[in-house]
Amino acid sequence: MANTGTKGDKVFQAIVFAAALSIILIVAAVIAVMYQSAVPSMERFGIGFLFGREWKPAQEEFGALPFIFGTVTSSVIALILSIPISLGIAIFLVEQAPKKIARPIAFMVELLAAIPSVVYGLWGIFVLAPLIREYIGPFLQASLGFLPLFQGRITGIGMLTAGIILALMITPIITSVVRDVLEAVPHTQREAALALGATKWETTMIVLGNAASGIAGAVVLGLGRAVGETMAVTMVIGNSPQIAASLFEPANTIASLLAANFAEATDEIYMSALIEIGLVLFLVTFMVNAFAKLLIMSVARKTNSAKHA
Amino acid sequence: MTTKTINSIDRRRVVNMIMTSLTAVCAVFAIAVLVAILGYIGVRGISSLSIEFLTDTPKPVGEGGGIGNSILGSAIMTLLAAFLGLPVGIAAGVYLAEFGRNWFGNTVRFVADTLIGVPSIIIGIFVYTLVVLPMGRQSGFAGGLALAIIMIPIVARTTEEMISLVPNSMREGALALGAPQWRVTWNIVLPAAASGIATGAMLAIARVTGETAPLLFTALNSRFYNYYLDQPMSSLTVQIYNYATGPFEVEHAMAWAATLLLVGLILVINILVRFFTRKKF
Repeated sequence: MANTGTKGDKVFQAIVFAAALSIILIVAAVIAVMYQSAVPSMERFGIGFLFGREWKPAQEEFGALPFIFGTVTSSVIALILSIPISLGIAIFLVEQAPKKIARPIAFMVELLAAIPSVVYGLWGIFVLAPLIREYIGPFLQASLGFLPLFQGRITGIGMLTAGIILALMITPIITSVVRDVLEAVPHTQREAALALGATKWETTMIVLGNAASGIAGAVVLGLGRAVGETMAVTMVIGNSPQIAASLFEPANTIASLLAANFAEATDEIYMSALIEIGLVLFLVTFMVNAFAKLLIMSVARKTNSAKHA
Repeated sequence: MTTKTINSIDRRRVVNMIMTSLTAVCAVFAIAVLVAILGYIGVRGISSLSIEFLTDTPKPVGEGGGIGNSILGSAIMTLLAAFLGLPVGIAAGVYLAEFGRNWFGNTVRFVADTLIGVPSIIIGIFVYTLVVLPMGRQSGFAGGLALAIIMIPIVARTTEEMISLVPNSMREGALALGAPQWRVTWNIVLPAAASGIATGAMLAIARVTGETAPLLFTALNSRFYNYYLDQPMSSLTVQIYNYATGPFEVEHAMAWAATLLLVGLILVINILVRFFTRKKF
């Protein structure tokens, strides 16, 4: 808006500018404060910190690899399970369901995103974990038990449970972004495909192809959420710093390591190591989110220029 | 040749039918999950809910007790977060909508969006090193501050969106009548966008009410009614976490009851917001 040159304008602008600046300052402060606290650990363990396999605070031995492994594996399981379901829901809502049905269903999917993490954790402990112990686990073992992934004892608490809970939690997020992306694809493309005799599904595939980078953005955004998800994972993953082949074994992630151990880290080097691994998590999620945003923005730009062309 | 064409059309029809029904199955699955979660919370939670449970403080296992202090703590910290976070978030949103069409605005937008996706436990660690360590103890203030930091980027982005919906002709009209720019924003644009900003604020409040991770080491927990911001403070979410991960059946039941309360509140806010905004958007 144009400046009218009065004194009030300058004051007002300065106030709202300061508020906007504070968002950047918060992020800068988070990085600065965490970096400063992580320095003792960085100096002592160097880059080997990220590749160490042993985590024994009592012996001052800190290796982050089990947690990086657990974070990556649980997130990958979540994505594998969530991507087809999220795409299916989004396609159903945008391409198939009549508005009258689509709206309430879309709202219900959004409600899934409003449920707090700790509640997913509670549900995971008392509903999902027994379900995996009694039914899903034995079934997987009977059908795919020749793979090392599905061998060993099934307690219901472990990597697989964490992955499934994460999948449920990121599905509404991926769905909602894919919906926006599909809605941004110009209607003329669908009409053109249908006019050429394509079936509804073939038309959908063409729409998906045009929205590909936006869908990729949605998936990366879901990945970012899965990587940083804390409480629900902490409650069902078993919090054991090991790298096991079996998905039934307990594991740990960076976020749940922090949630479960930060309060009891009394000596300086232990806390410093925890903050260093937290800084890694922060930087990774920040970059993943930035990448997702770039991908999603590229779709918005493309469809805008298509509209103007 | 003709039969081949017919076959291929049949095949395409079948593929079409299978795939379109599969997408419907996905939607049904999502609803089933929602019903399974909410239904389970309702069934398990309702049996432990009582006046005593809602007002009492925690007692040793087997002697009853309740979550009154946790409800109070959650309310205090959420209000504190709203008090600290809403003005900053709304002001930042005003900047983005009214003055933010430049590189600085784009940077703030980008940083805000990425900050929204940063795990909330990181904010907990940040506030721990910034406030808890110097103060020497966990406190309700630290918890509220962590929640406020989480709120700011969310509120900023929804506020921006709502203000952008205000038609430009309203601004031009006011400016043409000689109003200075800040009066246009304060007396014309903000009132016009008020209900939208309020719903965004409500959603942000609902979101932070459900946060656990940033409170774990900032507010910690407490077994007593606590009205002082410089003391450790209980919250519904941390209490649910402690009860759920504890070994006792009685505590698990209390976790479900507290969850019923928490989820009920969050759902009511979400449904009300939906109900009131349906006409506009």
